[in-house]
Amino acid sequence: MEFGIVELSRLQFAMTAMYHFLFVPLTLGLSILVAIMETVYVMTNRPIWRQMTKFWGTLFGINFVLGVATGITMEFQFGMNWSYYSHYVGDIFGAPLAIEGLMAFFLEATFVGLFFFGWDKLSKVAHLTVAWLVAIGSNFSALWILIANGWMQNPVGAEFNPQTMRMEMTDFFEVLFNEVAQAKFVHTVSAGYVTASVFVIGVSAWYLLKGRHTELARRSITVGAAFGLASAFSVVLLGDESGYSATHSQKMKLAAIEAMWETHEAPAPFNLIGFPDQEARETHYAIEIPWAMGLIGTRSLTTEIPGINDLVAQAETRIRSGIIAYDALMHIREMRDAADPAITATFEAHSADLGFAFLLKKYVDDPRTATEEQIVAASNDTVPTVWPLFWAFRIMVALGFGFIATMAYFFYRASFKGMHFPRPALWLAVVMIPAPWIAAELGWFVAEFGRQPWTVDGVLPTAMSVSALSITEVALTLAGFVLFYTVLFIIEMGLMLKYIRKGPFQDVSETDAWVLRHNDRLAGRQNADAIAMPAE
Amino acid sequence: MILHELLSYETLRVIWWGLLGVLLIGFALTDGFDMGVGALLPFVGKTDVERRVAINTVGPVWEGNQVWFILGGGAIFAAWPPLYAVSFSGFYLAMFVILAAFILRPVAFKYRSKRDDPRWRMAWDWALFASGAIPALLFGVAVGNVIQGVPFHFTEDLHTIYEGVWYIKFIGLLDPFSILAGVVSLAMLVMHGGAWLTLKAEGAVQARARAIGSVAALIAVGAYAVAGIWMAFGIEGYRIVGDYVTGGPSNPLHFEVEKTATWFTAYSDRPWIVIAPVMGLLGGVLTFLGLRAGREVSTLLFSKMAILGVISSVGLTMFPFIMPSSSDPGSSLTVWNSSSSHLTLFIMLVVTAIFMPLILMYTAWVYKVLWGKVTEADVTDNSHSVY
Repeated sequence: MEFGIVELSRLQFAMTAMYHFLFVPLTLGLSILVAIMETVYVMTNRPIWRQMTKFWGTLFGINFVLGVATGITMEFQFGMNWSYYSHYVGDIFGAPLAIEGLMAFFLEATFVGLFFFGWDKLSKVAHLTVAWLVAIGSNFSALWILIANGWMQNPVGAEFNPQTMRMEMTDFFEVLFNEVAQAKFVHTVSAGYVTASVFVIGVSAWYLLKGRHTELARRSITVGAAFGLASAFSVVLLGDESGYSATHSQKMKLAAIEAMWETHEAPAPFNLIGFPDQEARETHYAIEIPWAMGLIGTRSLTTEIPGINDLVAQAETRIRSGIIAYDALMHIREMRDAADPAITATFEAHSADLGFAFLLKKYVDDPRTATEEQIVAASNDTVPTVWPLFWAFRIMVALGFGFIATMAYFFYRASFKGMHFPRPALWLAVVMIPAPWIAAELGWFVAEFGRQPWTVDGVLPTAMSVSALSITEVALTLAGFVLFYTVLFIIEMGLMLKYIRKGPFQDVSETDAWVLRHNDRLAGRQNADAIAMPAE
Repeated sequence: MILHELLSYETLRVIWWGLLGVLLIGFALTDGFDMGVGALLPFVGKTDVERRVAINTVGPVWEGNQVWFILGGGAIFAAWPPLYAVSFSGFYLAMFVILAAFILRPVAFKYRSKRDDPRWRMAWDWALFASGAIPALLFGVAVGNVIQGVPFHFTEDLHTIYEGVWYIKFIGLLDPFSILAGVVSLAMLVMHGGAWLTLKAEGAVQARARAIGSVAALIAVGAYAVAGIWMAFGIEGYRIVGDYVTGGPSNPLHFEVEKTATWFTAYSDRPWIVIAPVMGLLGGVLTFLGLRAGREVSTLLFSKMAILGVISSVGLTMFPFIMPSSSDPGSSLTVWNSSSSHLTLFIMLVVTAIFMPLILMYTAWVYKVLWGKVTEADVTDNSHSVY
């Protein structure tokens, strides 16, 4: 690949976005887990739950700050590196970002300080409320950013305005209730909940293996497994919902994930594994599950899902229609208010395909002068590179099912086996800690790489979205980010590990005294199984 | 949706121009003292405990304050997309520096106290200093550039082209007038930080904050006055010429703009705006006197008045211009040609009208809970829970 301004800007965006998403899922899930633990503390008044809240809260804080800080990069980068994108769709895309600030960021950021500083200044219930407000704020922010991202995947509720040369909002509620956005939101926050559950279980498992902080660890696993099991089911089901909505909004992405080159007669099979060959447009050694794709994608046995080759042919038609729109647009731009009504009508008839004409800008300045070969080349450009999507998707799904199995197992041991966990299972939990992060990063890769060559599907090509910067400028900031982010990552990991090794360090004597009393009391009872009650 | 036509496009644009000012001022009033405290940190605190006192005066609130900055970016994106596109890509490397500071600062607050090693803490202290002082300076420099006009133009497709090779784009920002504007901004926020520490700290930290803050107040007032005189007699202004509509489509190329001798004709056209620079100067002088006299609450209010006056004076003097183009005045961004659509402005106004009062209410509650001085005993007794 030739490294021009587009590729460098994409690399920087991908890098900073994926880095940002190292911290976000843990924030989403841990904020809720911490609030749940504090709720138990307020309801039962048992000091161990306050200690758990503070301990996991400390780890939450170390992680949270980098999520917030690296999030600013995401907001800035649209303007810095993607200024044409910002101009072209800011009227729609900017709104959820600003609402995110108003509704979510202020909430979480204003109260997170009080969560850490307010233990002595607030009543128990007031502090609990603060904890929940932080959790709600974090999760709201995910909602709004995914509404923004959902619009890039499925741009509803907007149309092109020739007077301003940009997309403008026509219906806010269509943008808000975009089915892609809603499915993505639940899928993404559930992924965050799974991440935090795996993290809590993994760290606690390590304590149990070392024989340290066992009371805190066993209770933490119990909370994590219950919450994690529900979330793991949700993440897979809502992932399926995303697939279903992609069937009508993002056919090319779906076909590429499936490496489905030809339209298959309904119901289509699902390629379990195989080796996609982009040149030959076929998939070698595919192992198919009959009917599965048709059922996932259309929830019917009779609806066809178009294959890549048919979609390329459709793209070619749309490019030709887009050229007509482009031609009419040039006239309207020239004449402004005095434009010929007939030409305005032509434009309106073809304006939905205008973005497809822009695909030709990679080859010619004026799409109207494109040759047949260039039109064919541009329609072939609508196919993303298939094999990374094919594999990334499959690894993500396999991990998703792995989480369900693990969570179900730990939930079973916690609920019915007196919170006793065999050592191999504990080791597995420790080793699994990185897995949800891998799944989440792969998920974003599929969503964003699968949308190429577009920034806004069918509306604005990525190549046209960038700022007019020099290679030097982008190379400098890219190098700056790599350096800066690497140092921050090392510092963050160092602190995380330090505080995990240190273990709970607040309210120690009070909690230990309570644990002693509590265990004596349980030993005196006949039904010692009571220890397994989650409320403990 | 027809509802949005309740308010004319022109009215919504003026409201959003005002809200842009509110956000910038809200940012300067809240995050401003965080930056000021950061810039003052190495000088007001000589020992670790003293520095921790200074840091903990802003410890529980800096996170919320920083959201004013994030929301400012988001609101520019949503309400003024061309401004967002031109300014963020045009000031590319300067934006990167500001961005780096805004990433470094939260991390420094949060991580400084997590290890006892003096070198670790010293490194984060300087990170707090740099991430407070540098953006405070650069925001002023950016405003200085905007006042003089920025070298960019639009193509027919409304692609932004910024003139000059990359190092000229960056170094070229630092012309004498813009540096003076940077000094105004830095001194003003150091003054604000000083006023905040006067309220929230005591003893040696407070005494040093008062001393440095009062010097900063004098510099801010002096530099602001000089910049005003310079602007009146030495800086060209801009005006829209020919017929134009204020409620038409947001396309800068539909307007004709020319340079004029000075921006200050605004003061003969709209004499009432003189209230803004008067507030700026008077607020600065009163802050100086308040810091000298050791008054606490009123000094912080005077400092806020100074910031309000200084920032709004720039906006009111330039109205309706937001970001003029020096190389191609016809590409200049004004209130009438660079907003979002009628519908988007309306929806954003509704959302803001609902959430802004809520935000102000709960923020006020948090400040009330945290009311009172941060003492050395607070910091040493609660080593686990404070920074």
